[in-house]
Amino acid sequence: MTLLSLFKRRASAPVARERLQLLLAYERNNRNKPDLVAILREEIMAVIGRHIQIDQDQVQITMDRGKTTSTLEIDIQIPNDDKRLAVAC
Amino acid sequence: MGKVIVVTSGKGGVGKTTSTAALGAALAQTGKRVALVDFDVGLRNLDLVMGAERRVVFDLVNVIQGHAKLSQALIRDKRIDTLFLLAASQTRDKDALTEEGVADVIARLNQVFDYVLCDSPAGIERGAQLAMRFADEAVIITNPEVSSVRDSDRIIGLLDSKTMKAERGEELKKHVLVTRYDAERAARGEMLAIDDVLEILSVPLLGIIPESQGVLRASNVGAPVTLNEPTNPAAKAYMDAARRLEGENLPVVLPFDKRGLFDRLFRRKAA
Repeated sequence: MTLLSLFKRRASAPVARERLQLLLAYERNNRNKPDLVAILREEIMAVIGRHIQIDQDQVQITMDRGKTTSTLEIDIQIPNDDKRLAVAC
Repeated sequence: MGKVIVVTSGKGGVGKTTSTAALGAALAQTGKRVALVDFDVGLRNLDLVMGAERRVVFDLVNVIQGHAKLSQALIRDKRIDTLFLLAASQTRDKDALTEEGVADVIARLNQVFDYVLCDSPAGIERGAQLAMRFADEAVIITNPEVSSVRDSDRIIGLLDSKTMKAERGEELKKHVLVTRYDAERAARGEMLAIDDVLEILSVPLLGIIPESQGVLRASNVGAPVTLNEPTNPAAKAYMDAARRLEGENLPVVLPFDKRGLFDRLFRRKAA
């Protein structure tokens, strides 16, 4: 810490500008696109539904956005009494 | 045919109503015929800012529903006789405005007035979309602050997709009016710079309204600041913005910190 920095607060406006530029670039890009998570959910459900009977309410799909990578988490609860599942095992 | 201009922002409390009153009065002061239309159904305030709250008998919803004639609902300003106000109703019914009704009222106003200024409600819902729907131009009110700029960006997206002009493939002319600009804080790097706001929104600048106590004084007494204190820096900035709306090529001067060294040292507030 220099002596000068004791007297001078760091300007916050450049931080505001940078945060806005990042955020708006992302928001504009997604503005007219349909919800990606909703599409993924529908298609994944269709694929799994062809093989296993699943309850719509037993499916959790979440998307976590990280700085460099994002994670898509799919959590499907399958009842143990499913016949096909029993055969496969 | 006049020009229909929507005054909008997305975010609330940034100065839409104050700016509608001030710009409208400034245009009317030069002899133009101006109608101010309050679209904030349920939370009308333009009548109060204009000092006409006790003269509202019929409103926009009455006209649209056929309970009053447009000429009965238009309130003539007591100070400038080319300035008129069409108040919003206080009804809680959100669907009181219909698109056909609004289209009809705007079209009729547009035939007799040089400018029809539509004061949009905050938000991006139906009311805000109806206010911008038939606009030829838009004035986007923005404070140099992150949430206001973000909301302005949303509104610009709507202006470019949900207006009649946009749907016809025409370009809707947009202007940014920066309000509550504090030169002292900007100089200290505590406030987004005008260039940053313009670069982020990429919309041309209509004017910079400096933060001024005169704006509150004007709304206290129910007069547009351009009428109440014509020499106030904010009033002058509104008058310049009005001239630019009229197409005049008037350069925008950045407001500067007018206080001297003595005032700065003793932290006295500028007028």
